[in-house]
Amino acid sequence: MIAEALLPPRVVVYEGAGATPLPATDRASIFAALLDRGYAVTRAGAAAADLQAGGAMIVIGCFSDGPPVVGDASGRCDVTIRDVTGLSVGETVAAVEEARGERRMNRPPEASAVANGPIANTAETWKPWFPVIDTARCTNCMQCLSFCLFDVYGVATDHTLRVENPANCKVNCPACSRVCPEVAIMFPKYHAGPIDGGPVAESDIHREKMKVDISALLGGDIYAKLRERSADAKTRFSKERSADQALAERRRCLTKLADAAQIPREVLDALPSPEEIQRRVEAAAARASAAKEAAGAADAGGTA
Amino acid sequence: MTEPQPQAATAAMPADDSTRILYCRCAYAQVVPAAVKDAVLEGLAAAGRGFEMVPDLCEMAARRDPHLAELARGDRPLRIFACWPRAVQGLFALADAPLPKQGVEILNMRTDTAEAVLAGGLAVPDGARS
Repeated sequence: MIAEALLPPRVVVYEGAGATPLPATDRASIFAALLDRGYAVTRAGAAAADLQAGGAMIVIGCFSDGPPVVGDASGRCDVTIRDVTGLSVGETVAAVEEARGERRMNRPPEASAVANGPIANTAETWKPWFPVIDTARCTNCMQCLSFCLFDVYGVATDHTLRVENPANCKVNCPACSRVCPEVAIMFPKYHAGPIDGGPVAESDIHREKMKVDISALLGGDIYAKLRERSADAKTRFSKERSADQALAERRRCLTKLADAAQIPREVLDALPSPEEIQRRVEAAAARASAAKEAAGAADAGGTA
Repeated sequence: MTEPQPQAATAAMPADDSTRILYCRCAYAQVVPAAVKDAVLEGLAAAGRGFEMVPDLCEMAARRDPHLAELARGDRPLRIFACWPRAVQGLFALADAPLPKQGVEILNMRTDTAEAVLAGGLAVPDGARS
Protein backbone atom coordinates (compact mmCIF):
# COMPACT_ATOMS: atom_id res chain seq x y z
CA MET A 1 0.00 0.00 0.00
CA ILE A 2 1.62 3.30 0.92
CA ALA A 3 5.27 3.46 1.66
CA GLU A 4 4.94 6.12 4.30
CA ALA A 5 8.66 6.67 4.80
CA LEU A 6 9.40 7.26 1.14
CA LEU A 7 9.59 10.85 0.02
CA PRO A 8 9.42 11.01 -3.76
CA PRO A 9 12.35 12.87 -5.29
CA ARG A 10 11.47 16.41 -6.20
CA VAL A 11 12.34 17.56 -9.70
CA VAL A 12 13.28 21.22 -9.96
CA VAL A 13 12.96 22.59 -13.47
CA TYR A 14 15.33 25.54 -13.46
CA GLU A 15 14.82 28.27 -16.03
CA GLY A 16 16.46 31.20 -14.24
CA ALA A 17 19.74 33.00 -14.79
CA GLY A 18 22.35 30.87 -16.51
CA ALA A 19 19.80 28.61 -18.14
CA THR A 20 17.88 28.69 -21.39
CA PRO A 21 14.12 28.17 -20.91
CA LEU A 22 12.75 24.78 -21.90
CA PRO A 23 11.09 24.75 -25.32
CA ALA A 24 7.63 26.24 -24.79
CA THR A 25 6.05 23.42 -26.74
CA ASP A 26 7.55 20.78 -24.42
CA ARG A 27 7.35 22.43 -21.01
CA ALA A 28 3.82 21.38 -20.00
CA SER A 29 4.35 17.89 -21.47
CA ILE A 30 7.49 17.42 -19.39
CA PHE A 31 5.67 18.55 -16.26
CA ALA A 32 2.74 16.21 -16.96
CA ALA A 33 4.96 13.23 -17.71
CA LEU A 34 6.93 13.66 -14.49
CA LEU A 35 3.80 14.14 -12.38
CA ASP A 36 2.17 11.08 -13.92
CA ARG A 37 5.22 9.07 -12.81
CA GLY A 38 4.88 10.25 -9.23
CA TYR A 39 7.44 13.05 -9.05
CA ALA A 40 6.77 16.34 -7.32
CA VAL A 41 7.90 19.14 -9.61
CA THR A 42 8.95 22.71 -8.96
CA ARG A 43 9.29 25.19 -11.73
CA ALA A 44 11.90 27.58 -10.44
CA GLY A 45 12.72 30.93 -11.89
CA ALA A 46 15.01 33.32 -10.14
CA ALA A 47 14.03 32.15 -6.67
CA ALA A 48 15.91 29.28 -5.07
CA ALA A 49 13.93 26.11 -4.53
CA ASP A 50 12.85 25.45 -0.98
CA LEU A 51 14.96 22.66 0.46
CA GLN A 52 13.35 22.50 3.88
CA ALA A 53 11.71 19.15 3.44
CA GLY A 54 15.00 17.44 2.76
CA GLY A 55 15.07 14.29 0.67
CA ALA A 56 16.30 14.00 -2.88
CA MET A 57 16.20 16.73 -5.47
CA ILE A 58 16.89 16.40 -9.17
CA VAL A 59 17.55 19.73 -10.90
CA ILE A 60 17.06 19.80 -14.64
CA GLY A 61 17.53 22.65 -17.07
CA CYS A 62 19.09 23.74 -20.32
CA PHE A 63 22.37 25.00 -18.95
CA SER A 64 24.01 26.90 -21.76
CA ASP A 65 27.21 27.47 -19.76
CA GLY A 66 27.29 23.99 -18.29
CA PRO A 67 25.53 22.67 -15.19
CA PRO A 68 25.68 25.03 -12.22
CA VAL A 69 27.25 24.11 -8.93
CA VAL A 70 24.42 23.58 -6.50
CA GLY A 71 24.64 22.56 -2.90
CA ASP A 72 22.50 22.33 0.18
CA ALA A 73 24.27 23.98 3.08
CA SER A 74 22.08 22.16 5.58
CA GLY A 75 23.21 18.81 4.23
CA ARG A 76 19.61 17.56 4.37
CA CYS A 77 19.05 17.40 0.65
CA ASP A 78 20.72 15.15 -1.90
CA VAL A 79 20.96 17.24 -5.08
CA THR A 80 21.57 15.81 -8.56
CA ILE A 81 21.81 17.96 -11.69
CA ARG A 82 21.04 16.99 -15.26
CA ASP A 83 21.44 19.12 -18.36
CA VAL A 84 18.51 18.37 -20.67
CA THR A 85 19.50 20.66 -23.52
CA GLY A 86 18.18 19.30 -26.79
CA LEU A 87 16.40 16.33 -25.23
CA SER A 88 12.86 15.35 -26.19
CA VAL A 89 10.12 14.99 -23.58
CA GLY A 90 10.72 11.24 -23.33
CA GLU A 91 14.46 11.65 -23.12
CA THR A 92 14.09 14.28 -20.40
CA VAL A 93 11.93 11.95 -18.34
CA ALA A 94 14.43 9.15 -18.91
CA ALA A 95 17.22 11.43 -17.67
CA VAL A 96 15.26 12.07 -14.48
CA GLU A 97 14.60 8.36 -13.99
CA GLU A 98 18.29 7.64 -14.46
CA ALA A 99 19.19 10.35 -11.95
CA ARG A 100 16.75 8.84 -9.43
CA GLY A 101 18.73 5.65 -9.52
CA GLU A 102 17.68 3.02 -7.02
CA ARG A 103 15.62 5.32 -4.81
CA ARG A 104 12.17 3.79 -4.28
CA MET A 105 9.03 5.85 -4.74
CA ASN A 106 5.29 5.37 -5.07
CA ARG A 107 3.96 5.28 -8.62
CA PRO A 108 0.54 6.33 -9.89
CA PRO A 109 -1.23 3.69 -11.96
CA GLU A 110 -1.30 4.03 -15.72
CA ALA A 111 -4.16 6.20 -16.91
CA SER A 112 -5.51 3.29 -18.94
CA ALA A 113 -5.69 1.14 -15.79
CA VAL A 114 -7.75 3.79 -14.05
CA ALA A 115 -10.09 4.12 -16.98
CA ASN A 116 -10.68 0.38 -17.11
CA GLY A 117 -12.12 0.00 -13.64
CA PRO A 118 -11.34 -0.21 -9.93
CA ILE A 119 -7.70 -0.24 -8.97
CA ALA A 120 -6.51 -3.03 -6.72
CA ASN A 121 -4.93 -1.93 -3.48
CA THR A 122 -1.49 -3.34 -4.07
CA ALA A 123 2.01 -2.10 -3.48
CA GLU A 124 2.37 -1.24 -7.15
CA THR A 125 -0.89 0.61 -7.70
CA TRP A 126 -2.30 2.08 -4.56
CA LYS A 127 -5.38 4.20 -4.91
CA PRO A 128 -5.26 6.84 -2.16
CA TRP A 129 -8.57 5.90 -0.62
CA PHE A 130 -9.23 6.89 2.95
CA PRO A 131 -11.63 9.10 4.90
CA VAL A 132 -10.96 12.80 5.21
CA ILE A 133 -12.68 14.66 8.02
CA ASP A 134 -14.40 17.98 7.50
CA THR A 135 -13.50 19.42 10.88
CA ALA A 136 -15.97 22.26 10.41
CA ARG A 137 -18.79 19.70 10.41
CA CYS A 138 -17.46 16.93 12.64
CA THR A 139 -18.89 16.89 16.15
CA ASN A 140 -16.58 14.13 17.40
CA CYS A 141 -19.51 11.84 18.06
CA MET A 142 -17.15 8.93 17.30
CA GLN A 143 -19.79 6.93 15.47
CA CYS A 144 -17.32 6.31 12.65
CA LEU A 145 -14.70 5.10 15.10
CA SER A 146 -17.23 2.70 16.56
CA PHE A 147 -18.29 1.54 13.13
CA CYS A 148 -14.97 0.92 11.39
CA LEU A 149 -13.61 -2.58 11.86
CA PHE A 150 -10.22 -1.80 10.40
CA ASP A 151 -8.75 0.68 12.91
CA VAL A 152 -8.69 3.51 10.39
CA TYR A 153 -9.86 5.98 13.02
CA GLY A 154 -8.22 7.00 16.24
CA VAL A 155 -8.33 9.76 18.79
CA ALA A 156 -5.94 12.71 18.83
CA THR A 157 -4.33 13.99 22.00
CA ASP A 158 -6.97 16.72 22.17
CA HIS A 159 -9.65 13.97 22.21
CA THR A 160 -10.87 14.75 18.71
CA LEU A 161 -11.39 12.26 15.92
CA ARG A 162 -8.30 11.48 13.84
CA VAL A 163 -7.69 9.39 10.73
CA GLU A 164 -4.91 7.35 12.22
CA ASN A 165 -4.28 4.56 9.74
CA PRO A 166 -5.42 5.68 6.27
CA ALA A 167 -3.72 2.70 4.63
CA ASN A 168 -6.04 0.34 6.53
CA CYS A 169 -9.07 1.66 4.67
CA LYS A 170 -10.72 -0.62 2.13
CA VAL A 171 -10.50 0.84 -1.36
CA ASN A 172 -13.82 2.07 -2.77
CA CYS A 173 -15.70 1.48 0.50
CA PRO A 174 -17.46 4.67 1.66
CA ALA A 175 -19.46 2.91 4.39
CA CYS A 176 -18.28 5.03 7.32
CA SER A 177 -19.37 8.18 5.52
CA ARG A 178 -22.86 6.67 5.61
CA VAL A 179 -22.88 6.42 9.36
CA CYS A 180 -21.82 10.02 9.91
CA PRO A 181 -24.87 12.03 10.96
CA GLU A 182 -23.19 15.30 9.98
CA VAL A 183 -21.95 14.30 6.49
CA ALA A 184 -18.48 15.19 7.74
CA ILE A 185 -16.61 12.25 6.22
CA MET A 186 -15.28 12.71 2.71
CA PHE A 187 -13.58 10.38 0.29
CA PRO A 188 -12.00 12.74 -2.27
CA LYS A 189 -11.67 9.95 -4.84
CA TYR A 190 -15.38 9.07 -4.60
CA HIS A 191 -17.42 9.68 -7.74
CA ALA A 192 -20.15 11.88 -6.35
CA GLY A 193 -20.99 14.53 -3.83
CA PRO A 194 -21.15 15.30 -1.07
CA ILE A 195 -18.92 12.32 -0.18
CA ASP A 196 -16.32 13.52 -2.70
CA GLY A 197 -15.99 16.77 -0.77
CA GLY A 198 -18.60 18.70 -2.69
CA PRO A 199 -20.94 21.11 -0.96
CA VAL A 200 -23.39 19.69 1.54
CA ALA A 201 -26.98 20.75 1.07
CA GLU A 202 -29.71 20.45 3.65
CA SER A 203 -31.31 17.77 1.52
CA ASP A 204 -28.03 15.82 1.59
CA ILE A 205 -28.12 15.74 5.36
CA HIS A 206 -31.58 14.22 5.38
CA ARG A 207 -30.74 11.79 2.60
CA GLU A 208 -27.48 10.73 4.20
CA LYS A 209 -29.22 10.20 7.50
CA MET A 210 -31.65 7.89 5.77
CA LYS A 211 -28.83 5.97 4.15
CA VAL A 212 -26.89 5.91 7.32
CA ASP A 213 -29.48 4.30 9.30
CA ILE A 214 -28.17 0.99 8.14
CA SER A 215 -29.77 -0.50 11.19
CA ALA A 216 -33.12 0.38 9.81
CA LEU A 217 -32.21 -0.94 6.40
CA LEU A 218 -31.36 -4.29 7.85
CA GLY A 219 -33.81 -4.32 10.69
CA GLY A 220 -31.26 -3.96 13.46
CA ASP A 221 -27.64 -3.34 14.26
CA ILE A 222 -25.52 -4.12 11.22
CA TYR A 223 -23.05 -6.34 13.00
CA ALA A 224 -25.69 -7.99 15.12
CA LYS A 225 -27.54 -8.75 11.92
CA LEU A 226 -24.47 -10.30 10.36
CA ARG A 227 -23.89 -12.42 13.44
CA GLU A 228 -27.51 -13.44 13.47
CA ARG A 229 -27.39 -14.41 9.83
CA SER A 230 -24.22 -16.34 10.39
CA ALA A 231 -25.72 -18.17 13.36
CA ASP A 232 -28.84 -18.97 11.38
CA ALA A 233 -26.73 -20.28 8.56
CA LYS A 234 -24.74 -22.44 10.94
CA THR A 235 -27.92 -23.83 12.42
CA ARG A 236 -29.32 -24.62 9.03
CA PHE A 237 -26.03 -26.13 8.00
CA SER A 238 -26.02 -28.42 11.02
CA LYS A 239 -29.61 -29.45 10.39
CA GLU A 240 -29.55 -29.73 6.66
CA ARG A 241 -25.89 -30.50 6.06
CA SER A 242 -26.03 -28.13 3.14
CA ALA A 243 -22.94 -26.02 2.78
CA ASP A 244 -24.25 -24.64 -0.49
CA GLN A 245 -27.41 -23.43 1.13
CA ALA A 246 -25.52 -21.75 3.95
CA LEU A 247 -23.24 -20.06 1.49
CA ALA A 248 -26.16 -18.90 -0.59
CA GLU A 249 -27.77 -17.43 2.49
CA ARG A 250 -24.62 -15.59 3.41
CA ARG A 251 -24.32 -14.25 -0.11
CA ARG A 252 -27.92 -13.09 -0.09
CA CYS A 253 -27.36 -11.19 3.13
CA LEU A 254 -24.14 -9.62 1.97
CA THR A 255 -25.57 -8.62 -1.37
CA LYS A 256 -28.39 -6.82 0.37
CA LEU A 257 -25.95 -5.06 2.63
CA ALA A 258 -23.63 -4.14 -0.22
CA ASP A 259 -26.49 -2.63 -2.19
CA ALA A 260 -27.87 -0.72 0.75
CA ALA A 261 -24.66 0.89 1.89
CA GLN A 262 -22.66 0.80 -1.35
CA ILE A 263 -20.02 -1.35 0.30
CA PRO A 264 -17.85 -3.26 -2.17
CA ARG A 265 -18.46 -6.99 -2.07
CA GLU A 266 -14.75 -7.62 -1.55
CA VAL A 267 -14.92 -5.74 1.73
CA LEU A 268 -17.83 -7.79 2.99
CA ASP A 269 -16.29 -11.01 1.81
CA ALA A 270 -13.14 -10.11 3.74
CA LEU A 271 -14.96 -9.56 7.02
CA PRO A 272 -13.59 -11.67 9.85
CA SER A 273 -15.57 -14.22 11.79
CA PRO A 274 -18.61 -13.04 13.74
CA GLU A 275 -16.69 -13.54 16.96
CA GLU A 276 -13.83 -11.36 15.73
CA ILE A 277 -16.29 -8.73 14.49
CA GLN A 278 -17.85 -8.70 17.93
CA ARG A 279 -14.47 -8.27 19.57
CA ARG A 280 -13.50 -5.41 17.27
CA VAL A 281 -16.84 -3.67 17.63
CA GLU A 282 -16.55 -3.78 21.40
CA ALA A 283 -12.96 -2.52 21.31
CA ALA A 284 -13.86 0.35 18.98
CA ALA A 285 -16.91 1.25 21.03
CA ALA A 286 -14.77 1.33 24.16
CA ARG A 287 -12.26 3.66 22.48
CA ALA A 288 -15.03 5.94 21.28
CA SER A 289 -16.63 6.01 24.68
CA ALA A 290 -13.32 6.75 26.41
CA ALA A 291 -12.60 9.57 23.96
CA LYS A 292 -15.98 11.15 24.54
CA GLU A 293 -15.60 10.88 28.31
CA ALA A 294 -12.13 12.43 28.14
CA ALA A 295 -13.39 15.24 25.94
CA GLY A 296 -16.26 15.83 28.35
CA ALA A 297 -13.90 15.91 31.30
CA ALA A 298 -11.61 18.33 29.49
CA ASP A 299 -14.56 20.60 28.70
CA ALA A 300 -15.74 20.49 32.30
CA GLY A 301 -12.23 21.30 33.52
CA GLY A 302 -12.00 24.19 31.11
CA THR A 303 -15.28 25.71 32.22
CA ALA A 304 -14.82 25.12 35.99
CA MET B 1 -18.87 29.66 16.28
CA THR B 2 -17.75 28.76 12.80
CA GLU B 3 -14.23 29.86 12.03
CA PRO B 4 -13.42 31.37 8.66
CA GLN B 5 -12.29 28.78 6.12
CA PRO B 6 -10.17 29.15 3.01
CA GLN B 7 -12.39 30.16 0.17
CA ALA B 8 -12.86 28.92 -3.31
CA ALA B 9 -10.94 31.33 -5.47
CA THR B 10 -12.34 34.37 -7.05
CA ALA B 11 -10.29 36.97 -8.80
CA ALA B 12 -9.86 38.78 -5.51
CA MET B 13 -6.31 37.75 -4.70
CA PRO B 14 -3.52 38.92 -6.95
CA ALA B 15 -1.48 36.17 -8.57
CA ASP B 16 1.69 38.20 -8.70
CA ASP B 17 5.06 36.72 -7.77
CA SER B 18 4.31 36.91 -4.05
CA THR B 19 1.53 34.35 -4.45
CA ARG B 20 2.63 30.74 -4.33
CA ILE B 21 0.87 28.41 -6.73
CA LEU B 22 0.31 24.70 -6.12
CA TYR B 23 -1.08 22.39 -8.81
CA CYS B 24 -2.38 18.89 -8.03
CA ARG B 25 -2.31 16.38 -10.88
CA CYS B 26 -4.69 13.87 -9.24
CA ALA B 27 -2.52 11.18 -10.83
CA TYR B 28 -3.47 8.29 -8.56
CA ALA B 29 -7.18 8.12 -9.31
CA GLN B 30 -7.82 10.84 -11.84
CA VAL B 31 -11.16 12.10 -10.67
CA VAL B 32 -10.24 15.48 -12.15
CA PRO B 33 -11.10 15.54 -15.87
CA ALA B 34 -7.94 15.01 -17.92
CA ALA B 35 -8.78 17.73 -20.40
CA VAL B 36 -9.19 20.29 -17.64
CA LYS B 37 -6.06 19.43 -15.70
CA ASP B 38 -3.99 19.30 -18.91
CA ALA B 39 -5.25 22.67 -20.08
CA VAL B 40 -4.68 24.24 -16.68
CA LEU B 41 -1.15 22.86 -16.55
CA GLU B 42 -0.44 24.27 -19.98
CA GLY B 43 -1.78 27.64 -18.88
CA LEU B 44 0.38 27.67 -15.77
CA ALA B 45 3.45 26.51 -17.68
CA ALA B 46 2.97 29.33 -20.15
CA ALA B 47 2.46 31.95 -17.48
CA GLY B 48 6.17 32.56 -17.03
CA ARG B 49 6.34 32.18 -13.27
CA GLY B 50 7.50 29.64 -10.76
CA PHE B 51 5.04 27.21 -9.23
CA GLU B 52 4.81 23.89 -7.41
CA MET B 53 3.27 20.71 -8.81
CA VAL B 54 2.44 17.50 -6.95
CA PRO B 55 1.27 14.19 -8.37
CA ASP B 56 -1.61 13.76 -5.94
CA LEU B 57 -2.50 15.63 -2.76
CA CYS B 58 -4.40 12.58 -1.48
CA GLU B 59 -1.34 10.36 -1.77
CA MET B 60 0.81 12.99 -0.08
CA ALA B 61 -1.66 13.42 2.76
CA ALA B 62 -1.76 9.68 3.35
CA ARG B 63 2.03 9.72 3.69
CA ARG B 64 1.83 12.88 5.81
CA ASP B 65 4.43 14.31 3.46
CA PRO B 66 6.33 17.15 5.20
CA HIS B 67 6.17 19.16 1.99
CA LEU B 68 2.50 19.82 2.78
CA ALA B 69 3.48 21.44 6.06
CA GLU B 70 5.96 23.66 4.19
CA LEU B 71 3.22 24.78 1.84
CA ALA B 72 0.75 25.43 4.63
CA ARG B 73 3.29 27.23 6.77
CA GLY B 74 4.41 29.74 4.18
CA ASP B 75 4.08 33.41 4.93
CA ARG B 76 2.95 34.25 1.41
CA PRO B 77 -0.53 33.78 -0.07
CA LEU B 78 -1.16 30.34 -1.51
CA ARG B 79 -3.37 29.46 -4.45
CA ILE B 80 -4.17 25.77 -4.91
CA PHE B 81 -5.35 24.28 -8.20
CA ALA B 82 -6.98 21.02 -7.16
CA CYS B 83 -10.56 19.95 -6.46
CA TRP B 84 -13.24 20.65 -3.88
CA PRO B 85 -12.05 23.17 -1.26
CA ARG B 86 -13.57 21.12 1.57
CA ALA B 87 -11.58 18.08 0.51
CA VAL B 88 -8.33 19.99 0.04
CA GLN B 89 -8.63 21.58 3.48
CA GLY B 90 -9.32 18.18 4.99
CA LEU B 91 -6.31 16.61 3.28
CA PHE B 92 -3.93 19.23 4.66
CA ALA B 93 -5.45 18.81 8.13
CA LEU B 94 -5.10 15.05 7.90
CA ALA B 95 -1.39 15.53 7.16
CA ASP B 96 -1.05 17.62 10.34
CA ALA B 97 -0.54 20.67 8.15
CA PRO B 98 -3.78 22.67 8.43
CA LEU B 99 -4.12 25.48 5.95
CA PRO B 100 -4.14 28.96 7.42
CA LYS B 101 -7.51 30.66 7.69
CA GLN B 102 -6.39 33.61 5.58
CA GLY B 103 -4.41 33.89 2.38
CA VAL B 104 -5.39 30.57 0.82
CA GLU B 105 -7.60 30.15 -2.22
CA ILE B 106 -8.61 26.84 -3.76
CA LEU B 107 -9.61 26.43 -7.39
CA ASN B 108 -11.75 23.47 -8.35
CA MET B 109 -10.59 21.70 -11.51
CA ARG B 110 -13.08 18.93 -10.81
CA THR B 111 -16.12 20.97 -11.68
CA ASP B 112 -14.97 24.20 -13.29
CA THR B 113 -13.70 24.68 -16.81
CA ALA B 114 -10.00 25.23 -17.47
CA GLU B 115 -10.77 28.71 -18.71
CA ALA B 116 -12.60 29.64 -15.53
CA VAL B 117 -9.92 28.12 -13.32
CA LEU B 118 -7.11 29.92 -15.11
CA ALA B 119 -9.03 33.17 -15.22
CA GLY B 120 -9.50 33.06 -11.48
CA GLY B 121 -6.13 31.57 -10.66
CA LEU B 122 -3.89 33.80 -12.70
CA ALA B 123 -5.86 36.99 -12.45
CA VAL B 124 -3.86 40.03 -11.52
CA PRO B 125 -5.73 43.12 -10.41
CA ASP B 126 -5.20 46.21 -12.53
CA GLY B 127 -3.24 47.86 -9.78
CA ALA B 128 -0.71 45.02 -9.74
CA ARG B 129 0.04 45.12 -13.46
CA SER B 130 3.26 46.71 -14.51
